[in-house]
Amino acid sequence: MRRPTEDSFFTRAALIAVTVGYVGLFLLLPLLIVFFSALEQGISAAFAALKDADAQYAIRLTLITAAIAVPLNAIFGICAAWAVAKYDFRGKSILTALIDLPFSVSPVISGLIYVLVFGMQGWLGPWLRDHDIKIVFALPGIVLATMFVTFPFVARELIPLMSDQGRDEEEAAVTLGASGFQMFLRVTLPNIKWGLLYGVLLCNARAMGEFGAVSVVSGHIRGLTDTMPLHVEVLYNDYQYVAAFAVASLLALLAIVTLILKSLLEWRYADEIAAVHRH
Amino acid sequence: MNMSSAVASSPRLRWRNPSVLPGFGLTLGFTLFYLSVVVLVPLTALLLKPWTLGWDGVVSVVTEPRVLHALKLSFGGAAIAAIVNAVFGLLLAWTLVRYEFPLKRFVDALIDLPFALPTAVAGIALSALYAENGWVGGPLSGLGLKIAYTPLGVIVALIFIGLPFVVRTLEPVLADMSLDAEEAASTLGATRFQILRRVVLPALVPALITGTTLAFARAVGEYGSVIFIAGNLPMKSEIAPLLIIIKLQQFDYAGAAAIGLVMLLASFLIILALNLLQSAFAARR
Repeated sequence: MRRPTEDSFFTRAALIAVTVGYVGLFLLLPLLIVFFSALEQGISAAFAALKDADAQYAIRLTLITAAIAVPLNAIFGICAAWAVAKYDFRGKSILTALIDLPFSVSPVISGLIYVLVFGMQGWLGPWLRDHDIKIVFALPGIVLATMFVTFPFVARELIPLMSDQGRDEEEAAVTLGASGFQMFLRVTLPNIKWGLLYGVLLCNARAMGEFGAVSVVSGHIRGLTDTMPLHVEVLYNDYQYVAAFAVASLLALLAIVTLILKSLLEWRYADEIAAVHRH
Repeated sequence: MNMSSAVASSPRLRWRNPSVLPGFGLTLGFTLFYLSVVVLVPLTALLLKPWTLGWDGVVSVVTEPRVLHALKLSFGGAAIAAIVNAVFGLLLAWTLVRYEFPLKRFVDALIDLPFALPTAVAGIALSALYAENGWVGGPLSGLGLKIAYTPLGVIVALIFIGLPFVVRTLEPVLADMSLDAEEAASTLGATRFQILRRVVLPALVPALITGTTLAFARAVGEYGSVIFIAGNLPMKSEIAPLLIIIKLQQFDYAGAAAIGLVMLLASFLIILALNLLQSAFAARR
């Protein structure tokens, strides 16, 4: 006899079939069609698209953008988590809410706000033009927009983790005479390293793949301000489908690697990343 | 010792409890500085810019029929997609937590794909799948159902993008739920359906509302995964974020900011309402 908390065989089979079918239709098929379309005219056509000068430039620009935005957000995340998790002060919940704010802002609005500050009709537009500094339609704008959309990733990973860990170990280290830097390097960092890596992983995936925000500030100057996702759009709108899907498949590979590493971290280091991911 | 200064200065800072740990000023200072530069100051520009048009100017921008239609599509589409995700998210989370089946790990890892896959990639993939000659769109168009380049395409993309939120919010709650209550209800003679309706579902409602809210919030402002499959026909399948971009391309910064501000305020109000509903349900238990 089956236990009272167990569903009948028929229910189980039906729900598993719906789950597998739904995930297959809505998640697996879109992923497969990217690679399928990229290889439609053979692997050499796909590689030719990746070797194209504009594609190479887009890849480089995406890597540079992530290389600036991700470490800055990681440093911010550590600082914010240290201040929020290890001290009691007034206004803490407001600060935490503000840190999460970028997640509820549309990507397009995330780009728009920098145009409003740095664009020609923006607050600083005339001053920047007089001093010949380009922010919007150039690398700094792309980096800023990327920083905004990936802003909370590391912080929101580390805040619950470091709050859970408490401050006993750090207090012991300081009491025993460690300097602040020694304490961070020998006590805090080893405690948070897997959680930090988890946050950086998600932050990087979003930074390299961001489309809406970057699209607003980039100006779509081919071979100059087109990141990989923007280059995908340009090629697709040019009816160069194989090339578009070839560049897209690089981004899809990045997503797959991210998911594999993420699953590994959740599985292998479950206790050392924030409790919300343990399942 | 270098921490002595921190200890000595702490009694003066009455808004926080004293601590022997160093670095409070430095880390909080950097946090506030970075938060202001990257987030708060630019968002202030969004709050202020529309009013250069005056109140009447803002009202006339956001009540243009084309803008109103786009706002309706973005908010309505996000609401429909969130409801679909609530139903299927509940079902998927239940299956993934309660049952064992082959490839379960793989299916579970795949749930996060919409988080990891760049939206532009999702956009062209969905557009290729649901086009009239696509793997899914082909058979459906045989049945007379057009998805790509219609409002339905917008909803399909928003369902894709919101899928992980409900599942990931429900999974830990389901996993932590003790079977005792279900067993007790069964001992007292409840049928399985009664148990699910009266015992299991009420325990899940707060998390279900939270997950649905997150899916909705994400879908309202979504751009990349939508614009390729939407076809972007004015008054038909044009979403609000695209109108912001069109206004910017016409150098109408204030008009773009007006639409952005209305979107942001409306979605905050809806999120706030859903959060209040969530806490009401959570408190009742």
